[in-house]
Amino acid sequence: MSTVLSAAPVRTIIDLAAVRKTYATGAIAVEALRGIDVRIAEGEYVAIIGPSGSGKSTLMHILGCLDVPTEGRYELAGRDVSDLAEAELAHIRNREIGFVFQQFNLLPDLTALRNVALPLVYAGVGTAEREQRALRALDRVGLSERAQHRPGELSGGQQQRVAVARALVTEPSMILADEPTGNLDSVASADVLALFRELHDAGRTVVLITHENDIAAQAERVITILDGEIRSSTSKSGDVRSGDLT
Amino acid sequence: MNWLETLRTAADAVRSHRLRSLLTMLGIVIGISSVVLTVGLGLGAQDKVRSQIDALGSNLLIVSPGSSTGSSGVRGGFGSASSLTLADADAIADSTVAPDVAQVAPTTSSSSALAAGTTNWTSRIVGTTTTWPQVRARTLTSGRFFTAAELATGANVVVLGPDTASQLFSRGNPVGQTITADGTTLTVIGVLAESGATSTTSSEDDLAVVPITTAQRLSGATSTALASLYVEARSAGSLSAAYQEVNAALLTAHDVTSSSPDFSIATQDALLSTANSTNKTMTILLAGIAAISLLVGGIGVMNIMLVSVTERVREIGLRKALGATPSAIRRQFLIEASLLGVSGGVIGAVIGVVGAVILPSVINQPVSISAPAILAALGVALGLGVGFGVYPASRAARLTPIDALRSE
Ligand SMILES: Nc1ncnc2c1ncn2[C@@H]1O[C@H](COP(=O)(O)OP(=O)(O)OP(=O)(O)O)[C@@H](O)[C@H]1O
Ligand SMILES: [Mg+2]
Repeated sequence: MSTVLSAAPVRTIIDLAAVRKTYATGAIAVEALRGIDVRIAEGEYVAIIGPSGSGKSTLMHILGCLDVPTEGRYELAGRDVSDLAEAELAHIRNREIGFVFQQFNLLPDLTALRNVALPLVYAGVGTAEREQRALRALDRVGLSERAQHRPGELSGGQQQRVAVARALVTEPSMILADEPTGNLDSVASADVLALFRELHDAGRTVVLITHENDIAAQAERVITILDGEIRSSTSKSGDVRSGDLT
Repeated sequence: MNWLETLRTAADAVRSHRLRSLLTMLGIVIGISSVVLTVGLGLGAQDKVRSQIDALGSNLLIVSPGSSTGSSGVRGGFGSASSLTLADADAIADSTVAPDVAQVAPTTSSSSALAAGTTNWTSRIVGTTTTWPQVRARTLTSGRFFTAAELATGANVVVLGPDTASQLFSRGNPVGQTITADGTTLTVIGVLAESGATSTTSSEDDLAVVPITTAQRLSGATSTALASLYVEARSAGSLSAAYQEVNAALLTAHDVTSSSPDFSIATQDALLSTANSTNKTMTILLAGIAAISLLVGGIGVMNIMLVSVTERVREIGLRKALGATPSAIRRQFLIEASLLGVSGGVIGAVIGVVGAVILPSVINQPVSISAPAILAALGVALGLGVGFGVYPASRAARLTPIDALRSE
């Protein structure tokens, strides 16, 4: 009997090289990101932390293929996203990525259930299965009894949990969450974090944006971002690396 | 995302802005209902004219005194003496002169006060010959028409039109009763059936038919001035041959040239096309107005769709962020616009049909409901929705997800 001890090769899913993002608002150009280099492996649990206005949301929008870098290269699962057509990007956003937006972005006219089911509509899932899966996702965030409520009839924390359920419903390989616990009390917050931990344990890549240290501490690695630049990247194991080396 | 799903999304959007959707559709509703109504009015008027002209009889030529050539209007005729006489009728009836003529019915016409007991009624007295019922395609509901013997002797007999009969004799059978016309007592021997033309042609149903000899005596006229000569051709195919023969015979008899005739001959077709050309002008005019209101309706749809795209930029951004492809977004807005168009079309068609049912009793004009016109109108409504939805839909499809999401 021989034991093969070859660890499964860890695939890089996110690879950003010298990414810059400049917003040209009138006369002043805002440099939201100034040369970001970051690699995230498949299945990793990463927290991005930084003060308000440091460029966290901008980075997440680029990671989620919602926005494109002004400069630099972004490879997602080995493919340069600037080579992909709009329809292919839509497909990736639909199948591979689950977003939790800072502003929730729920459709006010739809019930919580139909909001959660929305990504499945574009995945071509039939009505009955869609409802079933959306209900299960709502159940995971503890909101199944609010399924028929519209966002306007839910509290801020409940809306946030509906947004989390929507990110989970397609079983994406990557979760991008922008301040997913911003409106939650400590109990609900712990529930959502436990959920992300569960997803991570199941092999999903999780990128969590926060500005609270104790929430960031949940992750395997904490990337600190300041004024559009990576200050540090700290792994749980203890090694501190300078951001621009990663 | 399949079509049914898109349709549901679009229907939700239309429904959630109910008032705005209705106002958007208004232009199309008005356009489509007026198309349905104007086409209905035009066709109704055509049908009416056709039935009136058909009611004159079949394979018919109508010879009238006076010329109606060119723009000079009617010449001769009602001046000194009418240009048509009984001799003309006899000439045309001669089968060697006009072999394609089956029968001729000369008529005189005058207005007269009739009385039955204490009831008075002014009607048209038509003097004619025994051929009249066949030539004019008229039948009797009771009694009989006058005979050749009665015609020869100028008997005091009369056949009443159905309206005249009911005016003079409100109950009971008029046959066998007597009426007086200009002091002469006439025995009613028959009542005509309705002419088949619609109610507005009452003159075809309100008349008193007497032998032409009797009519001459009643009016005290010495000459036989005819109001018109009805000529029945042997068949529809021989109508133009009959026309030539009658024309030639009358030109010879009146000793006039074809460039200045003192009579005119009308065919049913000629009457029909004259009447229809007036109708057609009206229909085209009204349809033009309807088309303009449809165009305005279409622009209204485009306008509201553009507003809707601007208003729902965040929704579009979110849908894209969650995986909607540009074509899925385009389809959603196109279907929404088509839905507005078709709903407007259906509402408009319903209003048009309801109007077509109600209108005849208000304006006394027949309005026919034409299925092809309604289908075409619905097609146009759909086309308007799609056509004017393309631009807003492609604008929605082109939005980049993050710009759309971030907009307020
Ligand atoms: N659309 C835009 N146009 C112009 N400037 C922008 C735009 N979006 C972001 N910025 C600027 O870019 C910088 C980074 O913004 P970003 O939203 O990424 O910050 P953040 O780290 O997510 O902050 P927060 O913690 O408050 O959410 C800010 O200075 C912001 O003003
Ligand atoms: Mg942010």
